[in-house]
Amino acid sequence: MSLLEVSDLHTSFFTDEGEVKAVNGVSFTLEKNKVLGIVGESGSGKSVTAYSILQILAGTGKIVSGSIKYNGQELVGAKESVMNGIRGNKISIIFQDPMTSLNPTYTIGRQLMEAILLHTDRNRQQAFDRAVEMLKLVNVNEPEKRMKQYPYEFSGGMRQRVMIAMALACEPDILIADEPTTALDVTIQAGILELMKDIQKKEGMAIIMITHDLGVVAQLCDEVIVMYAGGICERGTADDIFYHPCHEYTKGLMRSIPTAKTGGQRLQPITGTPIDLLNMPKGCPFAPRCDAAMKVCIQRPAPKKQLSDSHAAACWMNEKNTIKKAVEE
Amino acid sequence: MREQALLQIRNLKQYFPISSGFFSTQYLKAVDDISFDIKEGETLGLVGESGCGKTTAGRTILQLYKPTAGEVIYRGTPVRTRQEIAAFRQKATMVFQDPYSSLDPRMTVADIIGEPLDVQNSTENKIARRERILELMDRVGLNSEHAARYAHEFSGGQRQRVGIARALATKPDFIVCDEPVSALDVSIQAQIVNMFEELQEQMKLTYLFIAHDLLVVRHISDRIAVMYLGRLVELAEANEICDRPLHPYTKALMSAVPVPDPKEARKNKRIALNGEIPSPLHAPKGCPFHTRCPYAAAACKESMPQLEEIETGRFVACHRVREIH
Repeated sequence: MSLLEVSDLHTSFFTDEGEVKAVNGVSFTLEKNKVLGIVGESGSGKSVTAYSILQILAGTGKIVSGSIKYNGQELVGAKESVMNGIRGNKISIIFQDPMTSLNPTYTIGRQLMEAILLHTDRNRQQAFDRAVEMLKLVNVNEPEKRMKQYPYEFSGGMRQRVMIAMALACEPDILIADEPTTALDVTIQAGILELMKDIQKKEGMAIIMITHDLGVVAQLCDEVIVMYAGGICERGTADDIFYHPCHEYTKGLMRSIPTAKTGGQRLQPITGTPIDLLNMPKGCPFAPRCDAAMKVCIQRPAPKKQLSDSHAAACWMNEKNTIKKAVEE
Repeated sequence: MREQALLQIRNLKQYFPISSGFFSTQYLKAVDDISFDIKEGETLGLVGESGCGKTTAGRTILQLYKPTAGEVIYRGTPVRTRQEIAAFRQKATMVFQDPYSSLDPRMTVADIIGEPLDVQNSTENKIARRERILELMDRVGLNSEHAARYAHEFSGGQRQRVGIARALATKPDFIVCDEPVSALDVSIQAQIVNMFEELQEQMKLTYLFIAHDLLVVRHISDRIAVMYLGRLVELAEANEICDRPLHPYTKALMSAVPVPDPKEARKNKRIALNGEIPSPLHAPKGCPFHTRCPYAAAACKESMPQLEEIETGRFVACHRVREIH
């Protein structure tokens, strides 16, 4: 049994202009001790997938169908009391912006202790000790003194460390990190990523890392899911995705990032504009921007094809290549 | 003979007054005594962490802020008087970071692009103005049908194209690009980066390209300057500075860049820095970097190192640069 099993998840936002299918049939599993990266551009549904797991969607958002199983327990349709026992306790989340996710009117200590008091049997003194221990774990200097300070007295990197401490205080099985380092400078980002990797190894939890930065994925992730327009186009190990991408979108992404070798040459961008979720094409959602698009791509969505034990992609090009190979033989 | 620099920045300072009490005024030294040249036709990348003064430097060069001290010399003539500044602003423009807030939501695309033309009175009549706007839109890959639309109808990438068309309206030869691709998705980012390069070739433009994404800066720049706490710490040719950084801060910065390549990433060669960037209000005495520098010696706490050319075209501000590399 997998730690987390998401199958055929559909999440929509019901707006005045119509139904926006933000997540459109997403299925994946997460195993213990693994770091799973979810990459995609804005509007690809990566954050909404995470918010669906925790059921913290904004007002108009709703899980339409599908199943999310945590240790075999169904979360879709679960009572709020059940979800309260899961959120922050079994599955925690760190948000992108450490400036706005802390309450400016409470001390760091009070905010850290809140989750511990809520989810464990510890008394106030024990909760305080645990909070100090967590701050030490995330390398905050003078933790006892810092407990009494307010968020404005912390820098961006330090606040994100506090957020990580808070998320890990109840020893969750799964940590969801939604763009945790996007708002930070590279030198601070490198420190936070290293810290997450260390703690993940020490505590043995699973991480879902949501990001648009392929560099971050390469640093941290064992496995990667690439999302486009609410669906998964490709899933594989980090090496599969970076060295043998098998979906035209993933290939396009890899070609479009500048590297040390691209100086003096033109980049190879993906043409066109991002997809309009209110106006989804009938076939493969990437077809309108795909240079290799064939007739079938416009007509029908591509089926998921298992390429190896770890690697799967939903792209008609793979079918074409199979047929081509068969013909040649 | 040395080629003539398009712009010479000389001892430029930008201090912002911060009231701290009844009688005393404290100054935030956002840009503190920077000097460098920008050669005609090149792209000079300017990098550094948030708060290092890179945006302020760009704006002060364009005279959007009145410099506290120092001067900007354009094609050999200092830009000082109001007339000189007005003339300079036709030739030097800016592309902003955020394509969402830098375009007026109540103006059509045509008016946004046309505004610099109106301010400068550079078109004779309405027909000429319209033609010029359509020509600019065509240059940046916008459809002429989009002229009557409003900014909110466009995606981030298209808005940034509008911002670039506006910057090109007065036929400038120097553009300050302040984080122009940071807010865009990777797939769109590449389109805009390519467009910057194409426009540069076609129109002989010179860029000061400010960004924190070092991979993008390395790709587009001929030379790169690194700032720390308002001061320039290193300036060199792009590949040189990325592959063989000399200043300890540049070394740490380059090692922290997340490389999009899992095999490289596993090698883990990051140089960790102690602590965080100090507040520019309380910049340390001596070398601004000494509080976090693994090589700091007694001299670094006492005196400020000056930017000196230690190899041809390679400028570093570090007391110990000859010992440590």
